[in-house]
Amino acid sequence: MLIDTPQFGKKHRLHERIIESVMFLFALFSMLITVGIVVILTRESFLFFSDPKVNLVGFLTGRDWQPMIDQFGFLPLLNATFTTSIIAMLLGIPVGLFVAIYLAEYANDRMRGILKPTLEVLAGIPTIVYGYFALTFMTPLLRSLFGQSRVEIYNTASAGLVIGILVLPMIATMAEDAISSVPKELRLAAYALGGTKIETTFKVVIPAALSGLSATFLLALSRAIGETMVVALAAGAGPKLTANPFKAAETITGYIVRISGGDVSYNSVDYNSIFALGLVLFLITFTLNLVSRKVSTIFHQEYE
Amino acid sequence: MQSSLAFGSEENVLSLMEKRRKVSLIWQVVFLLATSLAILFLVLLLFSIIDSTFGYAALAYEVEPSSLVEGRQHLSEFSRLQLEETARSRLSSGILRRVEYEKPIADRSDKDLTALLEQYVVKPSVLRTWGLWESLTNQDEIEMYLQEQDQAVLTFKNWLTFDFLFADQSANPLYAGIRTALLGSLWIILITFLFAFPIGVGSAIYLQEYAKPNRLSRLLQLNIFNLSAVPSIIYGLLGLAVFVRAMEGLTSGSVFSTTVDTTANGRTILSGGLTLGLLVLPIIIINTQEALKAVPDSLRMSSYCIGATKWQTTWGQVLPVSIDRILTGTILALSRALGETAPLVVIGASTFISVDPSGIFSKFTTLPIQIYQWSARPQGAYRNVAGAAIIALMILLMILNSSAIIIRDRLSKKKRMEA
Repeated sequence: MLIDTPQFGKKHRLHERIIESVMFLFALFSMLITVGIVVILTRESFLFFSDPKVNLVGFLTGRDWQPMIDQFGFLPLLNATFTTSIIAMLLGIPVGLFVAIYLAEYANDRMRGILKPTLEVLAGIPTIVYGYFALTFMTPLLRSLFGQSRVEIYNTASAGLVIGILVLPMIATMAEDAISSVPKELRLAAYALGGTKIETTFKVVIPAALSGLSATFLLALSRAIGETMVVALAAGAGPKLTANPFKAAETITGYIVRISGGDVSYNSVDYNSIFALGLVLFLITFTLNLVSRKVSTIFHQEYE
Repeated sequence: MQSSLAFGSEENVLSLMEKRRKVSLIWQVVFLLATSLAILFLVLLLFSIIDSTFGYAALAYEVEPSSLVEGRQHLSEFSRLQLEETARSRLSSGILRRVEYEKPIADRSDKDLTALLEQYVVKPSVLRTWGLWESLTNQDEIEMYLQEQDQAVLTFKNWLTFDFLFADQSANPLYAGIRTALLGSLWIILITFLFAFPIGVGSAIYLQEYAKPNRLSRLLQLNIFNLSAVPSIIYGLLGLAVFVRAMEGLTSGSVFSTTVDTTANGRTILSGGLTLGLLVLPIIIINTQEALKAVPDSLRMSSYCIGATKWQTTWGQVLPVSIDRILTGTILALSRALGETAPLVVIGASTFISVDPSGIFSKFTTLPIQIYQWSARPQGAYRNVAGAAIIALMILLMILNSSAIIIRDRLSKKKRMEA
């Protein structure tokens, strides 16, 4: 007599299938967020550009952003965004990288025990607190260093430097990961050839970790470009095309916050304009994130 | 001899060695300096906040306390009898009637009476404030300022008091408090948690336990990493268009009942919580995935061996051993939500409300928004109030984070006991 084979058919596992489908839908939800972002930003931007007062060429090349007199050139906003981000990178990248090298190559366990929590605390502080710091500490400091008349109360330098401090823990942590994951054999080989510690670090370890490090820097740049509260508080209101970091200038994020913080009526040019600028911001940061990810996967292929 | 040929004479070799040693040393100093700089930044940041929370303030009284009772400079020096008498004689009849109606003056505490007199009779206003550092080191300048302003009275002010935590907003920085903002923040993260936790953990379980390594799962994974790096202000724009505008009926509560106060126009706690939920979702997914990855495969295999199904294995074995890490990761994500400002400003959080939020369809303000509003004001005293609010926010974050650590320790101990 044949023994009945146990039935593992789908019928008996209906609830398993249901649970799996529900989980799958949850996972798809994150996809929906991205689709939502893209659809909404493009739809509202389309409304913005279909307004008779606005045209795409004027938007991309115009040197004036003054919605009051129908001037919609985004260069002043973009310029301020890049000014603050570049200043942030000038502070954040070297200091962050050096902290990372110190952590990975030099620090003993006790120092790491102090430094790691310090970086975690810095990373956990809300950005609004950094904005407050820029306004109450960095700006007065810059004004007393470079002269009250030269440095305006609101300026991009102060905001940029504080964003640099803000991205520092992120750079240090990620760069340390990149440096630590360089195989030990590479270092030992360099020592065997008579290299000093610093020569090994700069000529062997850093080049080997380069793709991981560049990925870190790109991500930090993306973070700095998207940073909002620091610039909203410290960089000033009113778009202005200026190369002088001691002058006030409004960034893309600062503008979005200022306009949406006031009372905007739906379907006005102002309302649509923040979405168009949001789209610009999304495209820039999204590209940086994608490139950063691509660059860091190259690294993994090299050593695995 | 070969090496000396390659590098020149012995002296050259020695000087080269010396140079290399020096370069090494210099760089080591540079690394150490950079590290000290990072620590210095943290110290300065904390210092600047504490500096503005404590310090001297020059107040001006509309009615001098000394004119109420001879020889008393401060309300705190008044005796009980003097307080009651002043209250009866100086409060305007309308206010007196209301006060007596709420609670008779004879039954009120000294502190209560002092506050009443301050608010309605003495009416102090802030002329100027100094930070803690200036208060301690720059006494001369403060003295000079006081001599110029003859009616100014100097007091050492601690801006972070219990009254500050429980008072609502006020146009006078001396009476401003953070109660509405604190309640708003707590409501918001409650909604954020309820929305993002199930979806986040569910997605992570799918990606980690169920998904086959195909194109779709890779795409989902890449998408989650990208979302986690999207600037928070973009989520604000998404929330504005979807929750505040498109789903206004739902988020303002007008679909459910006609009696709901609809002045919020969808700019409600529900919209804010959902927006922040979208923001922290990728973080929760990534943290949960890490927690699930840490569960050894042998556990899953043994579960399958005794005939458990996939879901029985996940629910009965994998989740119980990873729940501590999942909760810790979620709490860290929520503390991110607690500190977020930009998305909530974009969806239109209220700037000035003095009514406590009563439910998910209320208008709201949160602690970071309050800090933003106060910091942006030109009057100096609001900077001090903002500093105090920042300390309150950081203490709240600290409580949240330490609860994460406690949960982790407690649960992992329990796990060890069971094992």
